[in-house]
Amino acid sequence: MAEFLMPSLGADMEAGTLVEWLVKTGDRVKRGDIVAVVETQKGAIEIETFQAGQIEKFLVDVNSKVPVGTPLALIRTEGEERAAVTAPVPPPVPVPTAPPTIAVPSPPPPPIGAPMPPPLVPAVAGRLPASPAARRLAADRGIDLSTITGSGPSGAIVYADVEHHLSAAPPLGEKKRAAWLDLAAMRTAIAAAMARSKREIPHYYLEHQIDVTPCEHWLAEKNAALPPDSRLLIGALALKAVALAIHRFPAFNGFYRDNKFEPSKAVHVGVAIAIRGGGLAAPALHDADRLSLHDLMSGMRDLVQRTRSGRIRSSEMSDPTITVSSLGERGVEALYGIIYPPQVAIVGFGKVVTRPWIVDGAIGPRSVVTMTLAGDHRVTDGHAGALFLAEIGRLLQEPKKL
Amino acid sequence: MTEIEIRKTMQDELSEIVKQELNNIAPEVDLANIDPAADLREAVDIDSMDFLNLVTALHHRTGIDIPEIDYPKFVTLSGIIAYLGAKLKSAKP
Repeated sequence: MAEFLMPSLGADMEAGTLVEWLVKTGDRVKRGDIVAVVETQKGAIEIETFQAGQIEKFLVDVNSKVPVGTPLALIRTEGEERAAVTAPVPPPVPVPTAPPTIAVPSPPPPPIGAPMPPPLVPAVAGRLPASPAARRLAADRGIDLSTITGSGPSGAIVYADVEHHLSAAPPLGEKKRAAWLDLAAMRTAIAAAMARSKREIPHYYLEHQIDVTPCEHWLAEKNAALPPDSRLLIGALALKAVALAIHRFPAFNGFYRDNKFEPSKAVHVGVAIAIRGGGLAAPALHDADRLSLHDLMSGMRDLVQRTRSGRIRSSEMSDPTITVSSLGERGVEALYGIIYPPQVAIVGFGKVVTRPWIVDGAIGPRSVVTMTLAGDHRVTDGHAGALFLAEIGRLLQEPKKL
Repeated sequence: MTEIEIRKTMQDELSEIVKQELNNIAPEVDLANIDPAADLREAVDIDSMDFLNLVTALHHRTGIDIPEIDYPKFVTLSGIIAYLGAKLKSAKP
């Protein structure tokens, strides 16, 4: 029997509220299936299972707030005997968050408070049980939740119930709003993660200007023949170049945990996404190095849209192996990122500007981008960082090979 | 309807479509208070991904091809409406 736990969706998460089960007991699940929705400071997150099998039992009630690591359900794994007697269920035990890791033994580490998880918080009484997705949909369409019959656990209203309620009416067009996101809570989470990063990670910074005129020409030619929904943005080229450069520089891809660096074979690039009204999230685009530019672009669009509408999946929150932050076409020329722990690097791209540049001995106007790298000195040095950044720039000179 | 009335109706419809799609991207922005001559990227705070989504949505809604080369005409609300109106007019037999 395997336990399905309240996952840690980032260094800063201590507890989460289970808001919806998307499976029933007895359902078969496979690895990667979305089984529950959990509300965190970052909004509602869809939680995937890493364990295949059959849902045996739910251990936590909907609307309960429990610490990271609390078993939420039991999953009978494949191969386990069907007749097996259910093991006694351990009560949810508060699991302390991982203590902060300090690489250098001397000077003594400052007392960094990894606060204990808060005690279990019972479900709020009097609140109509409904999943955030259902609430959002109902709010978007101006539906009073009390007019809907819930089919979820304990009569909770789930997304499908609202959809069902709406099915008589013609679709009004999908409206996704981020207004439901608690931006103040998100700011607190960002502050906690960034403060921890600045306390623990000895950052070094590098910057490199590159000519992206070849990218612009290649994109203009390529996009001219494509309908808008298939067009590529320069940000997709940048992301792919970073992902590919990691093949030669794996020391920038992975996690620093328990006083050591664990490189990651998979390249899951965190994409920094601004949320309207002042929020930020950097969910992972999985296996970015193996995606074609077209698939990578679709993946980015999907990720941005889901992030802004609050439909990020748990693995996307918890497993980025490096982050890329792009300012896009507005703003300023360079950004100096703060590494998101436990990652060890963040690559920044400023906006594209036209600058005098020397090509083949002659000065001419070219499109130039300033790339930056923030690296973790516990893992790499400026020398390796410089080669990594230069490799990204080199890859961007030949966009058709990306 | 006179020619002028038809054009006015089309302009109103296009304006409504563009505002709806902008609202999908930036629901918190009060579009009634946007200067039709202001740079939308600044006024509505849209990034390149939002802009591509706007172009994609308008392409789907109107059927008008909006090549990248025409993006410079897509800077202001009035510019977008004028561009789409001209395209629709030229597409008519």
